[in-house]
Amino acid sequence: MIDLGPHAVFIIWAYIGVAIAVAGLLATTVLDARRIEARLRALDAQGIRRRSADPA
Amino acid sequence: MTAFTAIITRELKLALRGGGDVLTLVLFFVMIGVIVPFAIGPDKILLARLAPGIVWIAAFLSMLLGLDRLFRADHDDGTLTLLRHADLPFAAIVAAKVIAHWLLTAVPLLLASPLLAIMLAMDLTSLGRAILSLLLGTPALVSLGAIGAAVTVSIRRGGLIAPVLILPLAIPVLIFGVGAISTGPGPDQTGGALLFLAAISLITTALAPFAAALAISSGED
Amino acid sequence: MSIDIAPKPNWFSRIAHPGQFVAWSRPLIWPLAAITALLFVVGLYFAFFHSPADYQMGETVRIMYIHVPNAWLSQFVYAIMAASALGTLVWRHPLADVSMKAAAPLGAVFTALALFTGSLWGRPTWGTFWEWDGRMTSTLVLLLIYLGIIALWRAFDDQLRAARVIAVFTLVGAVNIPIIKFSVDWWSTLHQPASVFTPGGPHMPGSILLPLFIMFFAFTFLFLLLHLVAIHTEVKRRKVMTLEKRAAGASA
Repeated sequence: MIDLGPHAVFIIWAYIGVAIAVAGLLATTVLDARRIEARLRALDAQGIRRRSADPA
Repeated sequence: MTAFTAIITRELKLALRGGGDVLTLVLFFVMIGVIVPFAIGPDKILLARLAPGIVWIAAFLSMLLGLDRLFRADHDDGTLTLLRHADLPFAAIVAAKVIAHWLLTAVPLLLASPLLAIMLAMDLTSLGRAILSLLLGTPALVSLGAIGAAVTVSIRRGGLIAPVLILPLAIPVLIFGVGAISTGPGPDQTGGALLFLAAISLITTALAPFAAALAISSGED
Repeated sequence: MSIDIAPKPNWFSRIAHPGQFVAWSRPLIWPLAAITALLFVVGLYFAFFHSPADYQMGETVRIMYIHVPNAWLSQFVYAIMAASALGTLVWRHPLADVSMKAAAPLGAVFTALALFTGSLWGRPTWGTFWEWDGRMTSTLVLLLIYLGIIALWRAFDDQLRAARVIAVFTLVGAVNIPIIKFSVDWWSTLHQPASVFTPGGPHMPGSILLPLFIMFFAFTFLFLLLHLVAIHTEVKRRKVMTLEKRAAGASA
């Protein structure tokens, strides 16, 4: 690893913190999307449709 | 009596008839002055140095906590909807309510500030500056508070969110309000701070009624 | 005053109709993700292995590569929210309030990261984790405004009514953005003033500017990706709520 100087600990913790936060954002965004899609599929399986999808 | 002054009179009459509200706010204000010396110790020099900040925190919190009463009662019994369709522009009605609210909350605080000055070991000049800064700064607090109250009026238990919303926006008022009493070591810049405070009050008092009226109208359709 | 004409077909309904928007923008997600990942990999490589230490700050300048993009995003996301707020209030654009709601948590996180990285950068460079100067204070205020907006969204039952009210508040809070921007010019205290977009051109050498720009784009694309997915999720969430209400009504 390259030499990060006398204040390396600050640099490392800054990058780690950002990495954790970004990973967290990605995770919650994806999990939230998956949860809603699963809910939509469940409702679809129950046969519940929007009014616009009803025939005539 | 014009419609504008009629609204102000109505607000004052209702509040004074109700009684307890106004007294509670003043009590809260004074109580902060009471508990702070217990919290930071009775050292008069320390108290006197912190006094401008404490007075302003007390005024800040008292006014923020009293925000809900601006619109909630009228919202709950439907008066707000009626007022929206009155002849007087809704922003003007909001402005009248804000003026009444200032008379009911800020003026008692101003009258109670000498009590705080005694408890916090403020000298007479500082007290004079404190009263002046409160006089010029509280209009900004009620105006900004009106925006917070308007945004949260249709939320059922929205009473506590309004202070949280308004506090970040009101920080400049706090900064200049305290600065108008004392600016710490160094050259005396209280005059400059006072002017900034007056400017903020003027701008917010002029613009907030429109924003608040828009927020209430948007929430009711 | 109200818009009576039905939306024109083609380009307008594709951005106005939530369902259509979700449909045509879905294929964009994976390419966006790929570009974002690529930009981060390249940017991090340049940040650590291909750029020099600063002659004043030493190696800690590398924190700038993640601090500045987050600071920029904290304001950019609010600008997006404010533009969406205008879309809600002025044009009643159906996607505008979805965009507004989706952006708020993202903006809050980026603002918090800007404060976090700035704090860790400040300790070795200026000797303090925090200072109440103009820019840091107004950025903290920005974070509080974001959190207040998120609290507002959660407090309302009716999300459609919430959107218009929150739009008003978002526009009121927008006054803080110019304050952040110019705070370093108005009050010359701790935080350094603008050094990239100045009238005389950038003050930094190209070898430091390059990783900065790459990371800048990496974070911006990250936001665009997250925002797009969050918009999709919110549109679907509202569809779920409508369907569940129908289901409850039918079984009653």
